[in-house]
Amino acid sequence: MTIKDARKLLDSRQITAIELVQFYLKNIEDKNKELNVYLEVYDDCLTQAKEAQKIIDEGKAQSLTGIPLGLKDNILIKGRKVSGASKILESYTATYTATATQKLIDQGAVILGRTNMDEFAMGSSTENSAFGVTKNPHDPERVAGGSSGGSAASVASDMALGALGSDTGGSIREPASFCGVVGLKPTYGAVSRYGLMAMGSSLDVIGPITKTVTDSEIIFNTIKGKDKMDSTSIPHPDFVSTSPKLGEAKKIKIGVPYHLLEQGGISEEVKENFEESVAKLKSLGFEIKDIKLLNIDKSLAIYYIIMPAEVSSNMARYDGIKYGLSKEGKDLLEVYKKSRGEGFGPEVRRRIILGTYILSSGYYDAYYGQAMAAREVIKKEFTVAFDAVDAILTPTTPAPAWKIGEKTSPLENYLADIFTVSANIVGVPSISLPSGYVKIDNKDLPLGIQLMAPHLGEHILFEIGKKFLKE
Amino acid sequence: MQDMISKEEIKKLADLARIEVTDEEVENLKSEMGDILDYVKLIQQFHSDESFPKGKVEEGSDIEVGQLHNIMREDENPTESGTYNKELIAEFPKKEGDYLKVKKIL
Repeated sequence: MTIKDARKLLDSRQITAIELVQFYLKNIEDKNKELNVYLEVYDDCLTQAKEAQKIIDEGKAQSLTGIPLGLKDNILIKGRKVSGASKILESYTATYTATATQKLIDQGAVILGRTNMDEFAMGSSTENSAFGVTKNPHDPERVAGGSSGGSAASVASDMALGALGSDTGGSIREPASFCGVVGLKPTYGAVSRYGLMAMGSSLDVIGPITKTVTDSEIIFNTIKGKDKMDSTSIPHPDFVSTSPKLGEAKKIKIGVPYHLLEQGGISEEVKENFEESVAKLKSLGFEIKDIKLLNIDKSLAIYYIIMPAEVSSNMARYDGIKYGLSKEGKDLLEVYKKSRGEGFGPEVRRRIILGTYILSSGYYDAYYGQAMAAREVIKKEFTVAFDAVDAILTPTTPAPAWKIGEKTSPLENYLADIFTVSANIVGVPSISLPSGYVKIDNKDLPLGIQLMAPHLGEHILFEIGKKFLKE
Repeated sequence: MQDMISKEEIKKLADLARIEVTDEEVENLKSEMGDILDYVKLIQQFHSDESFPKGKVEEGSDIEVGQLHNIMREDENPTESGTYNKELIAEFPKKEGDYLKVKKIL
């Protein structure tokens, strides 16, 4: 079932919001123990559903009224626990509500609970969660991806109709691809970051994970918009994503940077599936163009400089003093060091220390300064490319989901972001679409393709995506 | 690659970042951070003035978008004092009445 289907059933009184939420609670009860998707299921889901039913009965239903959704554990709701999947916030209760969540609540959506993730969104597999890894519903021996792994798995395993995630370098798109669902990273600023735990503030954005592109658009249209609580948020125009008849309207041009596929480390299955996807898009009437983005191979290096630099600054707020975990020490310094040493997991500590190095005098120019200059060049490169094409297509990930525990070095994990980080560096919107399966160890593992569009070009992604998935 | 960063440097960085690390972790960080820094140093071969491949993308033209700029607002309409006290104070790990309790500094 999709959000669109559920809306029809709710509005035509064929089901009630209570029955709908019960269906999802039952699935959670059946599957959560094995898959570890939810860190907490709220105890008032039925009360929320009853409230939603009242709105429906009054004939005032909006697109998400009564729709059961999952919420990544780094997005706040006042009075509810939220941990960022970190020990340092294990018993923290949010003191305010994120704008994106407030918009869902205002429509009467039912928030089922908080979904698992890599600690403070740092990772690509949820293996960095302080509360255990989320397993892939398609093969529980494999990771669900990350950092929004719980959100992606919740949608793939019918434990939610849709979910919110956050994306700093691919954290919505990569798990969506691994779980065979649709993940949208909106334009930077299109969705308010107020109430999202900060990781890399110039890169972070909240976005939806759903079964279909139509559902992605429904959630995006609800949560987008300028917010006075986030000065980097921007107004988003209301585009109606229309479907002009092929041949009548101007042909949409999709650019494919084929040279990116020639670099090492990309699996044969991914290359093959990508070729099939390109052929499918061609047959749907899209014009495919070979383009070159000559500096895009430096995106990942730029990302792993800018991101840890911003992480080291953002994580400074967790000090064991104001809120969260506090460890005893003989003096203030020891309280800081013990609280942060024990409260943060290994990956978070690693990124903070790396960021501290990158920002220290003597190295600042060689790393951070250089990365910022390179970021501008990549931005320009994309601007030029988007003059020639309407969208850019790549695989979402270099390989399907890996086995839990298989990747041992941090750098190996980082390479999973190779296709996704560019959109965050440039700030453009990007979507991952399920593009089929590959059989490995007798299991069907999902693969995905990624489309990027110019700033505020979400409607282009929706248009191509709906045709690709035949919606 | 081994020389990218020393153990002493890592200890100093952890100190600056106010993170307690064990000797074993310092050892691991030395090789892991060495690998990462070795990878990201490819950025240092980057010359922004020369390498921008203007002619390489077809039909390209030069338009500036997404320029960074400051967003200012008037400092006005402050929240009434005390509005959020209850929730914030409830999160203090240590308190005395409504005061946040910390270790003596001097």
